[in-house]
Order: sequence, then structure tokens, then C-alpha cells
Amino acid sequence: MLNSYLLSLITFSPLLAIVVLAFVPKQQGGTIKWIGVLGTLLPLILSLMMFAGFQYESSSVQFAEKVPWVTIPLTGSPTGELVSLKIDYEMGVDGISMSLMLLTAIVATMAAIASWNIKRRLKEYFILFHILLIGMLGVFATQSLFLFFIFFELTLIPAYFLIGIWGYTEREKAANKFLLYNGVGSAIMLIAFIALFLNVPNEELQMTMNMSELTAAFASGELPPELMSPALQFGLFIALFIAFGIKLPIFPFHTWMLKVHVQAPPPVVMIHSGILLKMGAYGLLRMGIGFFPAEAYSFATWMAVLGVINILYGAVLAFVQKDMKMVMAYSSISHMGVVLLGLAAMNTIGFQGAVFQVISHGFISALMFFLIGVVWERTGTSTITELGGLAKSMPFISGVMLAGAMASLGLPGMSGFISEFLSFLGLFGVKPVLAALGTLGIILTAAYLLRAVLRTTFGPTPERWVRLADAQPLEVVPMVVLLGFIILIGIYPAVLSDPLQETLKTIVPIVHGIGG
Amino acid sequence: MGVKDIFQYNWSYLLPEFTILGFATLLSLIDLGLRKRSRAVLGWLALAGVILAGGFVLWNAQIHQEPFSYMNDMLRVDSFGNAFKLIFLGGVAFCLIMSQSYMKISDEVTHRGEYYYLMLTALLGAMVMASSADLITLFVGLELLSISSYILVGLRKKVLQSNESSFKYLVTGAISSAMILFGMSYVYGLTGSTNLYQISQRLGEAYTSGFSFLILLSFAFLVVGLSFKISTVPNYMWTPDVYQGAPTPITAFLTAVSKAAGFAIVIRLLLVCFVGLIDPNLYASASGGRVFFEKPTFFLSVIAALSMIFGNTLALRQTNVKRMMAYSGIAQAGYLLVPFVTLTQLFFEQTVFYLFAYLLMSFGAFAIIMAVSHDRKSEDLGSFAGLYHRSPLAAVAMTIFMLSLAGIPVTAGFFGKFYIFISAVAVHQYWLAAVMIGTSVISYYYYFGFIRQMYMRPGNTEAPLPLPKGVVFIVAVTAIATVVFGAAPELVTQYVHHHFNSGFDFGNLLVPSSES
Repeated sequence: MLNSYLLSLITFSPLLAIVVLAFVPKQQGGTIKWIGVLGTLLPLILSLMMFAGFQYESSSVQFAEKVPWVTIPLTGSPTGELVSLKIDYEMGVDGISMSLMLLTAIVATMAAIASWNIKRRLKEYFILFHILLIGMLGVFATQSLFLFFIFFELTLIPAYFLIGIWGYTEREKAANKFLLYNGVGSAIMLIAFIALFLNVPNEELQMTMNMSELTAAFASGELPPELMSPALQFGLFIALFIAFGIKLPIFPFHTWMLKVHVQAPPPVVMIHSGILLKMGAYGLLRMGIGFFPAEAYSFATWMAVLGVINILYGAVLAFVQKDMKMVMAYSSISHMGVVLLGLAAMNTIGFQGAVFQVISHGFISALMFFLIGVVWERTGTSTITELGGLAKSMPFISGVMLAGAMASLGLPGMSGFISEFLSFLGLFGVKPVLAALGTLGIILTAAYLLRAVLRTTFGPTPERWVRLADAQPLEVVPMVVLLGFIILIGIYPAVLSDPLQETLKTIVPIVHGIGG
Repeated sequence: MGVKDIFQYNWSYLLPEFTILGFATLLSLIDLGLRKRSRAVLGWLALAGVILAGGFVLWNAQIHQEPFSYMNDMLRVDSFGNAFKLIFLGGVAFCLIMSQSYMKISDEVTHRGEYYYLMLTALLGAMVMASSADLITLFVGLELLSISSYILVGLRKKVLQSNESSFKYLVTGAISSAMILFGMSYVYGLTGSTNLYQISQRLGEAYTSGFSFLILLSFAFLVVGLSFKISTVPNYMWTPDVYQGAPTPITAFLTAVSKAAGFAIVIRLLLVCFVGLIDPNLYASASGGRVFFEKPTFFLSVIAALSMIFGNTLALRQTNVKRMMAYSGIAQAGYLLVPFVTLTQLFFEQTVFYLFAYLLMSFGAFAIIMAVSHDRKSEDLGSFAGLYHRSPLAAVAMTIFMLSLAGIPVTAGFFGKFYIFISAVAVHQYWLAAVMIGTSVISYYYYFGFIRQMYMRPGNTEAPLPLPKGVVFIVAVTAIATVVFGAAPELVTQYVHHHFNSGFDFGNLLVPSSES
């Protein structure tokens, strides 16, 4: 009974917190913080219910919902008869989107706790935070491209405010850059989506916005070439690749993301790095490869090349950064390169690696940026050379930071290991040279992470950092939870691979049916 | 036709026009007898007239959907005209309410009786423009609107800026009227008729018998002249100057109502007279014998694209909010020309929906601009600094209007743009669609300029912004409507489709989009 509208319930459950917050006077900071944090528990609990109710054996879309919304009559049908574009409110998840929703709910709760240090304009902060949460959950929960676009845009506006109001000194510049880059990305995405609606009929020869129906239409291989010329298909694939590539971000489009990582407040960076970037990876897999398997297959080499560039470029630049935030920002670029490699492998193992990397990096980067925020709160800086010897005054925080770095560089037993291992394993089978180049990144990752973390935590402790307090109980929660998930995936990957399995099985044959 | 025949018409369909005419006359008479300086009573009376006329239009639409022609189409009451009249009446109603507040907070307008009844005569001109299919009456309507507007713009009699605006408006307006007349004279010379439908038939013959150049010439003159009224390229440079000097309610009137009237005449005149030219000998052929079709739509698509580009890029550098809104309006007019260029079955609903959405968002935005600029005694963008702290609800409403103007979901502006955009892609006008969406992204920058000021910059004062009741009313209505019609656009499109479409007699001119 509940299952028939569970996804809508999860997606819009943050509304409850928004409504309650609207009635709380803005002077009551403590109450607002509690509402803000408790409000994120609702989607978290509901997402866990979804996780529990998810059927691993089934490859179909689960928890599906469908309500008609808007009908636009158009005459663009191939046969010339009147066809309407039906925009439905459609929700539904498969293994990939279910996992990502759960990731979103977990990271959001942790980020809400991390928001305890926000000092100004708490009421607006938490209202915007929950709007952002609705957008993120919706992006993963929906089955309709139109809704996907709307939720995607819905993340843009609150994120713009959160960066622009609560960020550091250059916050407005960062927010503008964020807005314009992502605006261009969603504009390209919208063009591609509309071209898809208008040109790809579903089984009943109606225009469709349903992702599964579109995937099926392309997979059937029966698209008449007059509807979709190979050039148009390839063009649309490239359009989607760029649109999501900006979000991921892929190498030449990454500058906005550096600014955001440095200027945004720590909880927003946790969300941004942990979830928002992952929307790009999700879109690439679900739409880029899902709709255009043949094009993706022929583009795979380039995808792998871009992935290697991302890995090496991010890693090399991370090595020379002075600011912890910049190190982690470049590290994100590097790790997103691994996602690209996994996707470029075009086989089950590679895809699995990519999704693992998305989830794993979601937890790891949320943890690392949380720790940077915690340190910043105490020291007022995140510059590596100014820090040092923090392990003496803050042994717990430093320990967790080291653990996070270990996970990030792929220590066995942690999630980073599994995901990178799978991605490279997938690629080695098909493109050994590029895979080998990519593995260089693993070595560099170890180098830059250890340099950054060891310099901040070990060595002589400057006088001014001696009396810093270690983690407070409220700060321990995100550290333990995030690290817990990192280790859980590391030692028991089945928790993630089981729900993914059937879904990936449906994508891979499509790729190979056409491409291989 | 004798006098006797004139009395045999059923004049009840013209009740809306008679009502406005009657009220305008009544107002001017009452004005003579009033001693007090306050003319608020005239404003309310005018509003009553507008609402009454609106009721008559709705009644017309209910009972009678077939076109009704007076004196060989000198006046033609059809669903096209009725839909536009509702937009005009709604806009003027908003404008009158806004004016009541304006008169309270500003004493710059001294001739208040004139102010109100000239607004009604301007409205009457607009209504005639929408419901006539004859060059003479179209021109009379156009001049009635224009001359009333020239005076209205200059009614801040003691303000130099306002005088300058009025003078500029008059001169450019006169030039464009001359161009329109010149263009019309060619049309009349070629066809010997002023009736649009006769012109349409005869111009087709003239075109094939060697007068194609003259037809093109008259088309060019008409387009250049009419582009003044809709403020698009090439005749748009007056807009910022005039908008800046006019009383703010009149600026809003020019933005939404006068522009809508311009679109009414552009659509009626160009669509009937030029786009539908048919060579009688080729009527049975595949193209339906359309001879002049490609050229007008091509020219208009260039004009649309240039308007979007100029409007959106020039707005970037503006610091005066009214000038910025003027450039924004030029870009919006460019978007509004796109349905005309694509001419799909949706053409009418797209135009009406977008005009309606534009009416809502521009009146809402101008109401807030008026309150803020009179409070801060400045029309600089900086006067919005810290508005969020002064009046949170006004800032939120302004945010909604800006998001809507920028075309971000979920707002009426987004759906309107999406609706237009989708048909541009459907008829494979990819370059125009790309310009539309590309310039929309550029426009994010200046629309978000308001948002930056309101939320992210500290203002000089924290004192609550005084909001007159009329402003509050308009802002509340338009903000709610913008969101509601963004989420449920079918409320409008279906209404338009059912009540205003069956008598729509351009149907045969529209392109079945499957053809291209």
C-alpha cells in the first residue's frame, strides 16, 4: 500500500521540515537546527524502508508511480496523425537509482549535522537545504525526463543561494560560475531531451518521456532511420555527454567546481561533492549509455582517454595544492575519472565499478570535506602548511582523516578499493593500455593524499594548535556513520552489488547486443 | 451599405468596446466637475469599467465562437481577438490597481483625471487592434493606443526624464507609423482593398504576376514599422529610454499590454496578408501553392534571434532596473516571435500562454520595482540590496518573478518557454531553438542580479519596506498565479483551446509540422 507512493513520499518528505521551519521565529537558532537535522531523518528512514522493500531479483522498475500531468498536442508523428506529448508524473527506481537515493539521504543527514556550525541566517539556510534535498532525491527517483530536468534545475537554485550567501569571501563569484556552467549544461540537456521526445516513439508509437521506454525503444534496434539518423543519434549522445560531463565534471569543464569546493560552506561542499556531482555520473550511465549504447560503444575509447586525463590531471594538480580543500577538489576530479574508465569498459564489471565508485566517493568526499570543515572550525584555516601536528590535540579527528584518506587511495577493506579495482578490472580486459595509464593515478593518489593528510596531522605541533579540542559528540556521528558505510562496502560489497546486479544485467546486453 | 444596414447588426458583441468607450467618456466628464486634487474615485471607476468589459468578453467567448464580422470586417469579433482582449483587460486592471498605489506614494503625476481616461482610450485602441481585419481600423486602433501612450509616458510633467521619454516615444512612434502606412499603401496599391482576407487572395495573384519585389518591400516596411510596437529588432532602441522616464505603472502597461497589442496586430496582419499567400494555380500541389511562405518566416526568425541576442546581452550591463527590464522585454519579445516563425498547430496557445505568463511576471516585478524605487528614491539595482531583510515576502515574490522571466521551473515563464521551444525543435528550427536557450542562459546572469542584491548584499537600511495595499494585492496575485500556472499550465492552455480556438480562422495557414 505504502509502496505505491513511497518514492513521492521520500522525495517530498523534506517539505515537512520546510513548512515547520517557516513557522519558527528566526531568533530560535537551536530549535531551527534541530528541526533542520530531524527533518532529514524522515527521508532517510523512508529510504531505508525502500532499501528493505527493494526486490533484488527483479530487473524492472520498482515502486513505480504514474499520474498524468500535462498533454501537449503536437503533429510531429512519423505517420502525420495527431500525436500528443504526454508529460506524466512518473517515479520509479532500479538498483542504481535506489542506491543513489539512499546515498543522498545519508549524506544529507550528515551534512545537516555538519550545518551545526552555520551561524548566520539559520532559518533560510535550512529551508534552502531541504529544497535542495527535494531536488536531489527527485533526480534519482523519477522515471520521466521532463521531471528529471525539473528536479535537476530545482537543485540549481538552492545550491546557488547556499553557495552565494553562506560561502567564504569569494562566494558570489563561485555562485555565479556555478549557475552559468550548470545553466549551460542543463540547456544542452533540455535540447537533447526534447529532440528525444519528438523523435523516439514508444511501443504504442506515442511520444514518450519515460526513461525505460526510451531505453527499450533504442535497444529494440527498430528505430526507423528517418526518425533518428545515425548522425543525430551521435549528436544527441555527445550533447548528453557534454551536459553531464559539465556536472561530473570532465576535464575542460571543471573550473566551476574548484571554485565551489573552495568557497562553499563545508556542509554544502559535502552535498555538492557527495551527491550533486554524482548526478552527472548517473545521467551518463542512465541516459548517455542507456539510450545510445552503440554510440557510447564507439565512443568508449575517447571516454577512457578523457577518464585517464581526469585521473592524471586531477592527481598531479592535487599534489601541488596548498589548500586542503583544493587537494580534495582535484582529488574529486581524479576520482570521477575512474567513473569514466568504468563506464568506458562497457561491461558488467566496469559498470559495477563505476557505480561503486560513485557511491564510495560520495561517502568518502563527504567525510573528507566534513573533516576539513571541522578543522577549519577550530583553526580558521585549511592551508596545509599552516596546519600540522593536529594528531596531538585532535587524535580522533586525525585518525578518521587518515582513515578517509586510506579509503580514498584505495586501501583494501574499504570502499575505494573495491570500486577502483572493479573499474580497472573491467577496463583491463578491453583497453589494457589506457587502463595501465589510469592505474598510475592510484600511485599519485597515494602520494598526494598522504602528503596532505600527514602534513596536517603529524609532525611538530605549532603552539597555537596545542589546545584544540577533539571531536564533539555531534561531530562524531557523521564521522562514524560515513566511515562505517565506507568500511561496510569495503568488507561486504554485496550490500551494494546485490541490488545493482539485475539492473546492470539489463544495461550490458543492450550495449553488447548493438556494439559488440 | 446604408445607415439602415448598420443598425441591423447585432451590436452586442461589441459591448466590451462600448463599455470602455463609455467609461472613458464618463471619466473625462466627471473629471471636469471634480474639485479635489485626488482622483482616486476615477481610478476605481475605470477599474469597474475594465472588469465589466472583461465580463462581456468572457460572455462573448461563452456564447459565440464563430467569427462575427461588422461592415465587411472593419471590426471582427473572433476568438483570436477575444483572447487578446482578455490579456489587455487583465493588464489594464493590474495597471489601474498599481496606479492607485502609485498616486499615493508619488505626487509627480499632476493630471490624474487624464491619466485614468487616457489609459482607457489606450486600452480601447488595443482592443480595436485585436479585433479588426481591415487596414484602416487596424491603423486607427494602433494610433489610438500610440497617441494615448505618448501622453501617458510624459505625465510626470515636472520630471525632465519623463518629458524626454515622451518626446522620444512620440518621434520614433511617428516614424514607425509612417512606415506602417507606407507599407500599407503598397498593399492597397497592389490589391485595391483594405480588407485583409481580400488582400490575402489578391496578393497571391499579384505575387505570381511579377510584383513579388513590391510585396517584399511592403512586407519589409510593415515589419520595421510594427517592430516598434513589439519592441524588437530593428526598432527597439527607444524602449529603455521610454521605460525609464515613464511612471512605473505605465512602464508596466507598455511592457505587457502595449506589447501584447503589438503582437495582435503583427500576427493578424502579417499572418493573413503575407504568410498565407497562395498561388491559385498551384493550390492542389504538395505545397498547397504557398508562394511567399518561406521569406516572411525567415525574416521573422532572424528578427526573433537578433532580439533575443541584443536584449539579453545589452541587459547585462544595465544598472537601472527599468532599463534592464526594457532590454529583458526586448528579449522576451524575441521569444514571443518564435511561435509565429514555427507556426505549428500550437501557435495560438503558445502565444497566448506566454503573453499571459509575461503579463503576470512583468506586472509583479514592476509592482515591486515601483515600491522599492520610490522608497529608496533610486531606480538603481543597488536599491534592492538587502531587500530580503526588509521585506522577506517581497523578496521571495521577486525571486519567483525573476525565475519565471529567466525560464526556470516551476513557473509559468518556464512552461511558456518550454512550450514555444518544443515546437521550434519539432519543426527542426534547431538554430533558433539554440539561440533561444543559449540567450536564456545568458539572461540568468542579470535576472539573478536582483537575487544577488536582495539576499547577498547588505542594504543601507533594515527598515521594513512600506508596501501599499495595491502593490501587495498585485504581487500576491501574480506570484501565486505564476507558480500555479507553472505547475498546472493546462488550466490556461485547455481554457484557451476550448473557448478561443474553434473560431480561430488561421487554421489553414498553419504548418502541419510533420511536413517539414
